[in-house]
Amino acid sequence: MMKFKTKPEHSRYDAIVVGGGHNGLTCAAYLAMAGKSVLVLEKRPVIGGAAVSEEIFPGFTYTVCSYVVSLFRPHIMRDLELPRHGLEIIPLEASFSPLPDGNSLCRWGDPNRTRREIARFSARDAETYPQFSMAMSQLARFTKSIIDNPAPNPASLSPGELVQAFRTSEGLRHANADQRYLYLKLLTMSAADFLDEWFESDVLKAPMSVSGIIGTFLGVRSPGTAYVLLHHYMGEIDGAMRAWGFARGGTGGISEAIARSAQSSGAEIVTEAGVANVIIKNGIATGVALANGDEISADTVVSGLDPRRTYLGLIGEENLDDEVIGQIGHYKYRGSSGKVNLAVDRLPEFACRPGDGPHLYGDVAIAPSVRYLEKAYDQAKYGDFSERPYINMVVPTLVDPTMAPPGKHIISCFVQYAPYDIKEGAPNWPERSEAFGDAVVDTLAEYIPNLKETILHRQVLTPWDLEQDYGLTEGNIFHGELSLEQLLYLRPAAGWAKYKTPVRGLWMCSSGTHPGGGIMGASGEMAAKAILRRQAA
Amino acid sequence: MPIGTPFHVRTSELCTSLFFKDWAGYHAVCSYDTCHEREYYALRQSAGLIDISPLFKYEVCGKDAAALLSRVTVRDITQLDVNRCSYLCWCDDEGKVLDDGTVMRLAEDRFRVTAAEPTYAWLLAQSRRFDVTIEDSTEKIGTLSLQGPMSRDILKRVCDADLDNLHYFGLTTAKLDDTDVVISRTGYTGDLGFEIWVDREQALPVYDAIAAAGRDYRLHPVGLDAMDITRIEAGYIMNGVDYFSANTCAIESRKSTPYELGLGWTVELDREPFIGQEALRAEKANGSAWAIAGLVYDWKAFEALFNEFGLPPQLPAGAWRSAVPVYDRKGKQVGQGTSGAWSPLLKDNLALASVRSEYADPGTTLEIEVTVEFERRRVPALVTKTPFFDPPRKKALPQ
Repeated sequence: MMKFKTKPEHSRYDAIVVGGGHNGLTCAAYLAMAGKSVLVLEKRPVIGGAAVSEEIFPGFTYTVCSYVVSLFRPHIMRDLELPRHGLEIIPLEASFSPLPDGNSLCRWGDPNRTRREIARFSARDAETYPQFSMAMSQLARFTKSIIDNPAPNPASLSPGELVQAFRTSEGLRHANADQRYLYLKLLTMSAADFLDEWFESDVLKAPMSVSGIIGTFLGVRSPGTAYVLLHHYMGEIDGAMRAWGFARGGTGGISEAIARSAQSSGAEIVTEAGVANVIIKNGIATGVALANGDEISADTVVSGLDPRRTYLGLIGEENLDDEVIGQIGHYKYRGSSGKVNLAVDRLPEFACRPGDGPHLYGDVAIAPSVRYLEKAYDQAKYGDFSERPYINMVVPTLVDPTMAPPGKHIISCFVQYAPYDIKEGAPNWPERSEAFGDAVVDTLAEYIPNLKETILHRQVLTPWDLEQDYGLTEGNIFHGELSLEQLLYLRPAAGWAKYKTPVRGLWMCSSGTHPGGGIMGASGEMAAKAILRRQAA
Repeated sequence: MPIGTPFHVRTSELCTSLFFKDWAGYHAVCSYDTCHEREYYALRQSAGLIDISPLFKYEVCGKDAAALLSRVTVRDITQLDVNRCSYLCWCDDEGKVLDDGTVMRLAEDRFRVTAAEPTYAWLLAQSRRFDVTIEDSTEKIGTLSLQGPMSRDILKRVCDADLDNLHYFGLTTAKLDDTDVVISRTGYTGDLGFEIWVDREQALPVYDAIAAAGRDYRLHPVGLDAMDITRIEAGYIMNGVDYFSANTCAIESRKSTPYELGLGWTVELDREPFIGQEALRAEKANGSAWAIAGLVYDWKAFEALFNEFGLPPQLPAGAWRSAVPVYDRKGKQVGQGTSGAWSPLLKDNLALASVRSEYADPGTTLEIEVTVEFERRRVPALVTKTPFFDPPRKKALPQ
């Protein structure tokens, strides 16, 4: 684990980045590469924000919050020379869905093997599956131009905005009519309905549909959830080979590689240095005040915190007009997921596929049917965590054995639904935490019969923990829901996209800006570029 | 018809894909599964076990063994310490490379030479005035290459050697699960790794012991396809791919010298006479016509080229070795890319190329041929210092 100083060397910098999450670090690295003196201030003793690896139980490094990499931008890896700084991403090989009746479905990288697997449930679906993949891969190209460019302002006719709008829609130029209709469906339909148009097997549709609900307070039957299906096909077109991967050393390994890159360009990173507020004089940010009272000045301050913490915390209501306060107040978080990390003394063994094998080298989805998933959501709607939740489980020690003692393993479980607003009230989550952990282990034990006797340690993170310990407002893993009304130029608020804030000199680089999402680095990169462009102008 | 190596019983059982190829007359696994990806990542993240028994091996023994090897190779082997290994090449009288390989000094008067091509007759022909015996041990010795960050931990579990103090290119004898073996800290992946040399009769128990010890470290059997990607990341050239043995070249222009292959660092010129010395001395003084260059494709241009056709960029699934022309920025051909691979780790499209030496400086932009939709096009590629991937663990001792 990297160690950092706890006091800044200077009292003045060109730029201060508040929050050492992966986007903050990415932004800092780009600014430092452009020759700026940059200081990153992280409140916790470790960097990475939610992309963090910590030795919670001796000998076991948990990838505590985020656990896989989705769409980390390959060009950022190249620009920041992250492989040279230790970044290694290993693609997930399979998607395994055990079923309660002892059957299971595994989707592999090998198309023929996958076809045979699916054919056990539907011969038709087995052959439709590659056609679906092809259609999605083609559409994914539109998404690529959207996530790799700043979101254009639809209300503006300025030449710069029009150029950006053109760039963003570049992929669409190649689309034929059928593809455009399909794209419109993806943007508007529910994941389950969209998949119903293609497939008949529930066993196949259920694990596919969940990609639309991750991190949102929506169900697989909620409109607007189909769009995220595309993300699974993005990796193939941008040189990442596959969209989902493990990072060596856990997702904290990504943060550390970015930190080393930033340091090699001269950026300074300080931990255990919480920021109380941004210092604002005459509407202009001039620096930050630390929690300990120290003040550090800078021409530019960049917030890696989510919109609520940035606007209502760092800026403060007294410096904002009512309209902005209203907009930020309406921005939805509604955390819906938790995390359970297990240290186990042996490899988990599934009743439906006993033994070691490549089916474990990917993600395991406890999503036996669409109805199961919708039922899990029903409970959440009324303020309970799901008794039988959707679980996305990975065993990162299979590809990176250094994270646990030899022969021992880590099981990392993303769990949905665990609503932030439980009916007892969010502050009462600590009393419900162990029951939530039990529900997860009980669910898994239905598929891994001897699981309980292999557990050496259990870490349960509820949305409340994610908020209190990791700074994720209401436990939302994406700094605000990735629902359509909060994307593009509306992220975080109309008029305040493009990484700017109402305070001159204060910018945002977090996942609460376009394009948001998981560990992508895109917000950090585009914020840095926006800042540098502004300064060059 | 190829034959099996001493480990064939195990490797053929594990190779569920049935993807084999002929390596010097032996069945060699290309990939154990239909896709080599997991094996590639095992080499870089945990460990992989590769059967490299088809390598040609020769035992050179006797009072003059060091003198003979100094005479035939570009290195002064008399200076090689016992329990050290040396990477080198050997040339004909014109200084053109015949092969590259390693020389291990097992004892004061006992050496093992590895080669890519049969070399017994040639060694024998040079040995007339030397008091040595030369034995072709290729079939008698099985060799396993255990490569990857966890390789040391695995090997420590099954052998009594002090691996924590075994330096890069060091070697040691050891008891591996009751069997006498030689372990060298060498490999063809550019990573932490070891090669284990064992008598054919003892091959299977050694294989089983390593496999059993590796289970807790996620050791995988690895085929040649995955190793080929890692050797390109490591910038290692291959006989028959990136250059051709002077013995096999019908025309003079196909031959290469050590300097032209980036192996100038192995040539020790100022010493007792050795084969090719005069020619190499002249080349050193006058400069070389050719050089090996590492190339990194310009990704943006590569992507844009495919987008021009409405396609996403298409990456090679594995390492390629069908040479393609390399040009300067004005379109003049200045060499050829001889092998390459997409590096999943570096997220870069890599190639090794032979180019006219004036185009080989790192930082030079060249252009390499790319075929898109049956059209031959070119994308810029930056000459880059190799190894492309060079983790500190490759040479480091544990801390």
